[in-house]
Amino acid sequence: MAATEYIVRTKDVMKEFKMGQEVLRALNGVSVDIKRGEYISIMGPSGSGKSTLFNAIGGLDKPDSGSVFINDVDMAQLDSNELAFLRCHTIGYIFQTFNLITVMTALENVRLPTIFAGMNSDEGTDRGIELLELVGLGHRLHHKPSELSGGQQQRVAIARALANNPSIILADEPTGNLDSKTGTEIIELLRRLNKESGVTVISATHDYKMLDVSDRIIWIRDGKIDKIENRADLDIQLGGMAGQEGH
Amino acid sequence: MVKIAINGLKIRFWRSMVTASGIILGIAFLAYVSTNLISSGAATADQRARMIWLVVMSLLVSTVGIVNSMLMSVTERFREIGTMKCLGAPDGFVVSLFVVEAVFVGSAASVGGWFLGYVGAVFQKACAIGFGPAFASVGATHSAELAGGCVLVGILITLIATIAPAERAAAMPAAAALRTEV
Ligand SMILES: Nc1ncnc2c1ncn2[C@@H]1O[C@H](COP(=O)(O)OP(=O)(O)O)[C@@H](O)[C@H]1O
Ligand SMILES: [Mg+2]
Repeated sequence: MAATEYIVRTKDVMKEFKMGQEVLRALNGVSVDIKRGEYISIMGPSGSGKSTLFNAIGGLDKPDSGSVFINDVDMAQLDSNELAFLRCHTIGYIFQTFNLITVMTALENVRLPTIFAGMNSDEGTDRGIELLELVGLGHRLHHKPSELSGGQQQRVAIARALANNPSIILADEPTGNLDSKTGTEIIELLRRLNKESGVTVISATHDYKMLDVSDRIIWIRDGKIDKIENRADLDIQLGGMAGQEGH
Repeated sequence: MVKIAINGLKIRFWRSMVTASGIILGIAFLAYVSTNLISSGAATADQRARMIWLVVMSLLVSTVGIVNSMLMSVTERFREIGTMKCLGAPDGFVVSLFVVEAVFVGSAASVGGWFLGYVGAVFQKACAIGFGPAFASVGATHSAELAGGCVLVGILITLIATIAPAERAAAMPAAAALRTEV
């Protein structure tokens, strides 16, 4: 039962960085359960540990202690090829800095994960075009990242993240390098994908525009979970405040 | 994968040329020194020892040049490696991508380097005895085995110098690879 309900679970995740003599505890016992299809925002000030948590959930870095489960599989048990398989098929990554391969066109970037998944060239190209059209870049297939705006680059990155139909999209400050209006468009795109295809979105951010679309917000501070809020509760709070203003 | 590698090389043409020039110069030096030494002939045991010493030195010089170029070309692409890992590239894929590149760059540059060294040796001789005899003289001493040896050494050193950093890069956590700034 729980097997299908929770797509990501972390248990007492701890991560330390040693900087000379000092030990910095970037994550200090983080436990979260994330349901399939949720839109989660991990909110917190800069340096609070959002990216470290993002890396732990995405299997990009190993926690020092504690566990991360994806679909009830403990990531610590996976060898490097199994991790590669997981990254290829289950998780799509989006970064603040887009991280597109600069020497490849938009279409080649989006096709790349399909190559790793063993899809043949024609199929991959069709999939790439379909996804770029989905994110509104059907007219920019053969442009290099340097010929695209920040918002367009992030759209390419989103299309690329979706290439192998992942069940999770992990985003680390996806709007961090974008102006407010473009950021809103990216947030709306993520929300639309989440609604339409049911992909779970987990996004680290300190962009308050994200609050509006999130199902739950995980507030993190100094490597610990401060509080977890449901969107529904937030609505009541906001509604309450609006009501007071009215009087 | 071969297509990705070739494409990458084409697009990074100038960067690849810089990498290749390190190999070209190294192998040119090796070809030049070994040609000269053989054609000058070894009279005494002392001269032979000096000859071997010089070849070893030129090998060392070319190794340093090649290792340096390849190390640079791998490390400046750490982020790209991290990105590919995030997209599901197995560690082995990342390494073989660089190996394919190294084989191409290494072969082309080694042949080029050998040619440069050969021409250099001819020119040097030509200053003393004129072009015709110089060609004959260098041609006579510079055997096909020597040429093949120089090219092979170039490819081999390039491969070794690529595989080591590529494997290290592929094995490190993707987060660390992504974090590196160039
Ligand atoms: N590779 C690292 N080496 C040393 N310290 C790090 C490293 N990565 C993160 N940190 C530290 O861990 C803390 C949390 O960082 P991070 O997770 O990047 O925060 P956020 O993404 O919320 O801004 C910060 O104090 C940061 O300086
Ligand atoms: Mg961060």
